[in-house]
Amino acid sequence: MAVLEVVSYPDERLKRVSDPVVQFDEALQSFVADLEQTMRASPGAVGIAAPQVGRLQRIVIVDVSSVINRNRTKEQQNSSSNGCMILINPEIARAEGRVVGREGCLSVPDFTGNVARAAAISLTAFDPAGRRHEYRCKGFEARAVQHEADHLDGLLFLDRLVSPRELFRRKIYRSI
Amino acid sequence: MNQSEQRTKSWYMMTVVGKDRPGIVARLTQALFEGGCNLGETSMTRLGGNFTIMMMVESDAESTRLQGLVGPVADALALHVHIDSIQARLHEHTEPNVQISLYGADRAGIVAEVTGVLAEAGLNILDLNSEVAGTGDKPVYIMMIDGYAEGGIEALKSVLERLKARGIEATLTPIATLVG
Ligand SMILES: [Zn+2]
Repeated sequence: MAVLEVVSYPDERLKRVSDPVVQFDEALQSFVADLEQTMRASPGAVGIAAPQVGRLQRIVIVDVSSVINRNRTKEQQNSSSNGCMILINPEIARAEGRVVGREGCLSVPDFTGNVARAAAISLTAFDPAGRRHEYRCKGFEARAVQHEADHLDGLLFLDRLVSPRELFRRKIYRSI
Repeated sequence: MNQSEQRTKSWYMMTVVGKDRPGIVARLTQALFEGGCNLGETSMTRLGGNFTIMMMVESDAESTRLQGLVGPVADALALHVHIDSIQARLHEHTEPNVQISLYGADRAGIVAEVTGVLAEAGLNILDLNSEVAGTGDKPVYIMMIDGYAEGGIEALKSVLERLKARGIEATLTPIATLVG
């Protein structure tokens, strides 16, 4: 196992659409192990996508279990926890609701911003052995899956920023 | 940027105020670009029909020459320009850990009152936006603050109760930044 180098924007690989995985073999499993180790070696990271280490394949890992136990925000309190999810060729089938939350990215150092995401999603994905699974995610975990799935389509959270002023108006005038 | 450039360039804070009209940002920044300046972090917004700009400008010029660079644009658009030499660095962001929105009937001293109790409770304000909504005879003052709670969230919650007793509604939302 090895910690891989995380590429950062403007590396053009972060803006490309990744290819589906077709071979569920030992090479894939070894890469997934490295990708997970890379995520664990990155302080605070709850997810990682293969393009972030320069590999343009539809593979992401999400694990919010360490964070949601701290129960800080509403989105974390409401979060599902499917443990460590290794999602290969993930497809988000349904998405409901809209929540704004703050995001940063291993591939975009020194910036965080507000992003609107679906509050709850259901998805299908394959595991490294090629078995298909269905998941339901909500709250913080749903946000993490959507952030990582975006990487597979060449999208960064920078592509989805909500302007502070817009956020201001939406939040304030709703509360009044 | 090479070493010799790094030694001679320094940061300025350029503040610009004027009646809002199209093209202010484009023409000012073009003049700075042509004068060999770099821009850092900026905040530009419309306040009460005025356009206001605060921007970090990096230049090897003295502030008087910097003033000269934007002079023609400032004159043409009737802008007031103020330049301060500053100690500054990029990549020095502090992540907010709490967002607080507040509102109440507008009255003299409301901002001082709110920010005073928040400071006492250990809040370091990183970003504050406020607006006056409602109508001329019933104005409502609205504030939205991103900050870093030095002493934790609980201390802040208790002072928000105090504000509520004085007619200021407040909502505190912890911020947890997702990293992935
Ligand atoms: Zn990311």
